[in-house]
Amino acid sequence: MDTQKNHSQYWRLNIRLVCILLAIWFIVSYGCGILFTDVLNTVNLPGTAFPLGFWFAQQGSIFVFVILIFVYSFQMNRLDQQYGVAED
Amino acid sequence: MDVQTWTFLIVGFTFTLYVGIAIWSRASSTKEFYVAGGGVHPVANGMATAADWMSAASFISMAGLISFMGYDGSVYLMGWTGGYVLLALLLAPYLRKFGKFTVPDFVGDRYYSNTARVVAVLCAIFISFTYVAGQMRGVGVVFSRFLEVDITTGVIIGMGLVLFYAVLGGMKGITYTQVAQYVILIFAFMVPAIFISIMLTNNPIPQLGFGGNLGGDIGSRIAGGQSVALLEKLNGLHAELGFEAYTSGSKSKLDVFCIAAALMVGTAGLPHVIVRFYTVPKVRDARISAGWALLFIAILYTTAPAVAAFARTNLIDTVQNAHYTQHETEKSIPDWFHNWENTGLLAWVDKNEDGKIQYYSGKPFVGKPKFIEADKRGIHGQRLLENKPTESQNELYIDRDIMVLANPEIAQLPAWVIALVAAGALAAALSTAAGLLLVVSTAISHDLLKRTLRPDITEKQELWAARIAASFAVLVAGYFGINPPGFVAQVVAFAFGLAASTFFPAILLGIFTRWANREGVITGMLSGLIFTSSYIVYFKFLGGTSEQWLFGISPEGIGTLGMVLNFVVAMIVSKRTAPPPQEIQDLVESIRIPKGSAGPSVHD
Repeated sequence: MDTQKNHSQYWRLNIRLVCILLAIWFIVSYGCGILFTDVLNTVNLPGTAFPLGFWFAQQGSIFVFVILIFVYSFQMNRLDQQYGVAED
Repeated sequence: MDVQTWTFLIVGFTFTLYVGIAIWSRASSTKEFYVAGGGVHPVANGMATAADWMSAASFISMAGLISFMGYDGSVYLMGWTGGYVLLALLLAPYLRKFGKFTVPDFVGDRYYSNTARVVAVLCAIFISFTYVAGQMRGVGVVFSRFLEVDITTGVIIGMGLVLFYAVLGGMKGITYTQVAQYVILIFAFMVPAIFISIMLTNNPIPQLGFGGNLGGDIGSRIAGGQSVALLEKLNGLHAELGFEAYTSGSKSKLDVFCIAAALMVGTAGLPHVIVRFYTVPKVRDARISAGWALLFIAILYTTAPAVAAFARTNLIDTVQNAHYTQHETEKSIPDWFHNWENTGLLAWVDKNEDGKIQYYSGKPFVGKPKFIEADKRGIHGQRLLENKPTESQNELYIDRDIMVLANPEIAQLPAWVIALVAAGALAAALSTAAGLLLVVSTAISHDLLKRTLRPDITEKQELWAARIAASFAVLVAGYFGINPPGFVAQVVAFAFGLAASTFFPAILLGIFTRWANREGVITGMLSGLIFTSSYIVYFKFLGGTSEQWLFGISPEGIGTLGMVLNFVVAMIVSKRTAPPPQEIQDLVESIRIPKGSAGPSVHD
């Protein structure tokens, strides 16, 4: 596999990962936290008194954001290794 | 020991610490001055980024803001954290691979144009100055409230300190003081929050107590012996007093959507945040460092809404129908009410003359409280106001900043905790101010002087220019802190709107497309800039009314449309003009691959 092709495949996989993670990012914040809060607020987060939409807006989305970045970082480091483009 | 002595001790200790760190981490080269030598550990950089990002407003005002807005306040929580996902996934690793020192560096090099560089410099300076004025003011306010000096003296002390460690240490000094400042500010925020959580919900973890039942000393009293959830009780109280339910919103969905997007994208485009990712050794470190930064920020940002709900519930329960004067057998207001009334952050007009406080939805009187002389008191001993009362039944004015500042008193915490809150608020304000001032000084000495006007200056001269520019920036910021232009609160929307509508699209297109060219990005940035600033100026300063809002979008959210406009213009113009030269297309290729990154190079 030549370098050029290798790099373009690496880049495609990178874009795919970013798209998946940003889709989750969009769903938890804009989806659960804003657009569909009213529907979600009709139920509570199990075991708590949080209306679900409200919880996503004030707590849940932030927890998910943190997880997304760590997952991205972990996956990209693995991808770097696989395609031999890591820094060392 | 009393609060005053504790405050002097703790604030004095933290300031000595900052000075000590500055002396230990003096910068000796431009690389150290601009990007701390590019050798900061990712966890340390995460803490520094968190302190850099969390300003006096995050520390003091945000919980209060949410407390009064309920669900509608969520837009700040999501907006100011969600941007880090964009930053980590779309910008930070690539900018780190690019190397160099600043955001205008990237814009200027990627778009092979000094015009683009200068546009970026002007945006960076404008964004940073609008933001820093509020920080210096915050330092002054904290000093005046806790140490009983006047605001001007407070601002001057703050200026002196920032001047010392920013000018001496540059980014290197700032980074390590910010690490210390993060530790202090998060400790100062969490200690009272944990105590309040225990007192209201009997749960030491605020994030969990928030969704639990009322319990503990204060909570059981509020619940009146029943088993009821805090949020349920709060919604009930809100319904009784005529407020919207705490957990559901009242703003238009589209507007909330646009505000959240403008804040997120704006956060990702703020130069003082972006530049922090140039300071770590590798691309890998830039990725994980953004995760650490957001984790450290999330500790405060998930606690703040809990504190907001605790404080709101406690406040309503404490003041509603309480006697202003002390009654043995009936509910009366606690001491902290008088303390904060004396500072002017609380005010009471006894409209129905029953000597008790009634708190309902609606404004108690017109405008901010203006007290009649300092010591003129009414029949119950309350301060009298010049303001014209409104028709509403509401008799109480509460400033939102009280929610965090009065927390330790409300929870009857020891004096050292109150002193700690003062030190935490100062740490939050100083760390943000220092980061912003560095952006201004770098923009002047590096982007304008070295890269545009006088490329032949030596490194030593550039370092001197950076120090002089930093001193100059501190003086200007201090001036605005002492004489705040009346519009400071309004222009914060500017900072985010402009970052969203100028930098974000320019950087994103520069990384993810090969075809974005000089002509496209300059016209794109200018369209975003002109559209967003004219919208904000029209509605904030020239008397535009909310009926005229475009699609019902408020000025706070307009940066989102400005960003879309920037993207569209940049695409159309780029496609119709000559593509970028081959070496730029190669540059884009190399940015995308981590391999071969070097420390930020001192370029020739």
